Amino acid sequence: MSTAPPDADDLLARVEEFLAAHDPATTEPLEFLRARYDAGLAWVHYPEEHGGLGAPRALQAAVDARFAAAGAPRNQPERNGIGLGMAAPTILAFGTEEQKRTFLRPLWTGEEVWCQLFSEPGAGSDLAALGTRAVRDGDRWIVNGQKVWTSMAHEARWAILVTRTDPDVPKHRGMTYFVCDMTAPGVEVRPLRQITGEAEFNEVFLTDVVIPDGHRLGEVGQGWQVSTTTLMNERVAIGGAATPRESGMIGVVARTWRERPELRTAGLHDALLRAWVETEAARLTGERLRQQLTAGQPGPEGSAAKLAFAKLNQEVSGLELELLGEDGLRYDDWTMRRPSAVDFTRRSPGYRYLRAKGNSIEGGTSEILRNIIAERVLGLPGEIRVDKDVAWKDLPK
Amino acid sequence: MSDLLYSEIENDLRAGLRGLLDDRCAWAGVLAGTERDEPYDAKLWRAVAAELGCAGLPVPEELGGAGATWRETAVTMEELGRAVAPVPFLGSAVLATAALLAAGERDLLTELAAGDRIAVLAVPFTTAPGVVLRDGAQAADGALTGAVTSVADGLAADVLLVPAQDGLYAVDAADARRTAVTSLDMTRRLCDIAFADVPARRIATGEVAAGAVRTALLTGAALLASEQLGLAERCLDTTVEYLKTRYQFGRPVGSYQGLKHRLADLWTSITQARAVARYAADCVAAGDPDTEIAVAVAQAHCSAVAVKAAEECVQMHGGIGFTWEHPAHLYLKRAKSISLAFGTPDRHRAALAALLDLPPA
Repeated sequence: MSTAPPDADDLLARVEEFLAAHDPATTEPLEFLRARYDAGLAWVHYPEEHGGLGAPRALQAAVDARFAAAGAPRNQPERNGIGLGMAAPTILAFGTEEQKRTFLRPLWTGEEVWCQLFSEPGAGSDLAALGTRAVRDGDRWIVNGQKVWTSMAHEARWAILVTRTDPDVPKHRGMTYFVCDMTAPGVEVRPLRQITGEAEFNEVFLTDVVIPDGHRLGEVGQGWQVSTTTLMNERVAIGGAATPRESGMIGVVARTWRERPELRTAGLHDALLRAWVETEAARLTGERLRQQLTAGQPGPEGSAAKLAFAKLNQEVSGLELELLGEDGLRYDDWTMRRPSAVDFTRRSPGYRYLRAKGNSIEGGTSEILRNIIAERVLGLPGEIRVDKDVAWKDLPK
Repeated sequence: MSDLLYSEIENDLRAGLRGLLDDRCAWAGVLAGTERDEPYDAKLWRAVAAELGCAGLPVPEELGGAGATWRETAVTMEELGRAVAPVPFLGSAVLATAALLAAGERDLLTELAAGDRIAVLAVPFTTAPGVVLRDGAQAADGALTGAVTSVADGLAADVLLVPAQDGLYAVDAADARRTAVTSLDMTRRLCDIAFADVPARRIATGEVAAGAVRTALLTGAALLASEQLGLAERCLDTTVEYLKTRYQFGRPVGSYQGLKHRLADLWTSITQARAVARYAADCVAAGDPDTEIAVAVAQAHCSAVAVKAAEECVQMHGGIGFTWEHPAHLYLKRAKSISLAFGTPDRHRAALAALLDLPPA
């Protein structure tokens, strides 16, 4: 292995070599995925030893496309968005070598699904106010508390968990970040039904859950910094996915417009074209963001992408109901299901309209994102902080 | 996929140009210039066009140009937009240059690339790409007769490129009667032009002439998006700096969410404007088959962002932003004017409707 990172030709040559040695048609899927990880062709920008080759992140798409074209087994990324998008970069940034070796491979192959134990009933936008307590007991920690808005908790093997370890210091300083075993005694998962009728999310109750100190990510008291890494990656994961032109919601509406001339009105035409332009602008912005990311860590543009995505999804899904008229009054199914992934396009328009309401709340509300942009990007003065120098235990709750 | 980032060369070009403009195109000077008779800043034009070589960026080296592309020209447009620089760059270095390149003309192109002469395409500034021009001028026996209104940079021009019924003609500007228009945008003045049997040289005919005009307008519209981007960024920067220093009720007014959130939204729109403007510039540079869609998207989006940025700049400055002594009005007048140029956002959306098979009701 040379010291220079591989370029596109090197990578594709390695993929060909790999495919020659591991026939996708005959290799057992899990074995194939593990071997792909070990060959450094999983996430090529990760280090060697951890599924990558230290290659530019931009080259991932070409590698994925080649594997897909060869009919290679998939690691089903849609089932493990939290794991791939948030837990993995956080483990990579803060984990010990042993933690990286233990967690990253089964995470990438999809053997182990991850969830995120961050928000609490009393700590939403103000995540740093969280109160789930972790108390040290020798080389282990005892955790008690309640988490909410946890997607995939009912299928997850592991969780990234942020806790309060020191209530006597101001809130940002007294937090510690762990990996939590979702099969451990004391972890109870209950579905949380939402306005669409289904339950994508859960409440998670933690009662005397034992976590070994070896599952701590980062230093004791460093939980906020570790969480920030996770959340910056979340914004990229939510707002920055690669999409072809006229895909997603606008594609659904455009198709209806073309196929059903009787629904057309002048006002809706104007609204459709405005939404089409905005969608295309957001798509190109996502593309530009991805090009920027190849240079390094995600920056604040991820917040802008997420903000724009939420607004557009809400506008376009509302437009679709108006366009459909009578059909817009019908809903497909109020049954409480527990889906493992959100699929906007395969449900009814009413579902899309309702589900999109979550886009400006989940992963940072649009209002908080605007604060972040105004303060961290534009450098405008912060909000008046009444809680800054107050010990967490003395904050009004 | 197009490269939507800036190259090192583009960043160097920007740095050089910004330094020059900071030095020689401060807004107070631009404002003072609007009250003088000269329609543009000839010294600044000389520096930008000839000394820095910006006029010849997309022109091949054998014609005296820099042999670069419209992408670098777009970066120039961003910086000139940032400064509301009163120079005929859009008219001469973009529209006329694009028309001459498409028409295969060489002599005049060489002079434009060197910054030695200034030419403009004599069409109303509101002309959208793809629009069938009304015959403003009629050609007969090597002479033109007719009239064209609201021509941008026309007062600065040495040569007028005039579309007529049977081709594209070059006319010595001194032979035409040009009447200055009191323009909403004081930093890019318009004029009305009348031709009374003036000598004209035909530089292209038939489809080549029509194609040259279409290409010029499409290129102009694409690169105008970069001007809009630069202008919007400047308005945002100016506003943010002011809100950090202006105190009311004992707090910097920039600490109020009522203002912060609007600026965050504006910044978000500007990040999108950068992506669509870069894409449009890259498409015209590459002659991409997606150019028409890219340009319509860029104009529909960036026109609105520039206007919004300038309007927020005025509003968030409060009383001072409404005064003649503050630069905000120069940006507002430019932004609103160029949202009409080469077609309003609504016309570009209508063009998209046809391009995308999304027909009206």
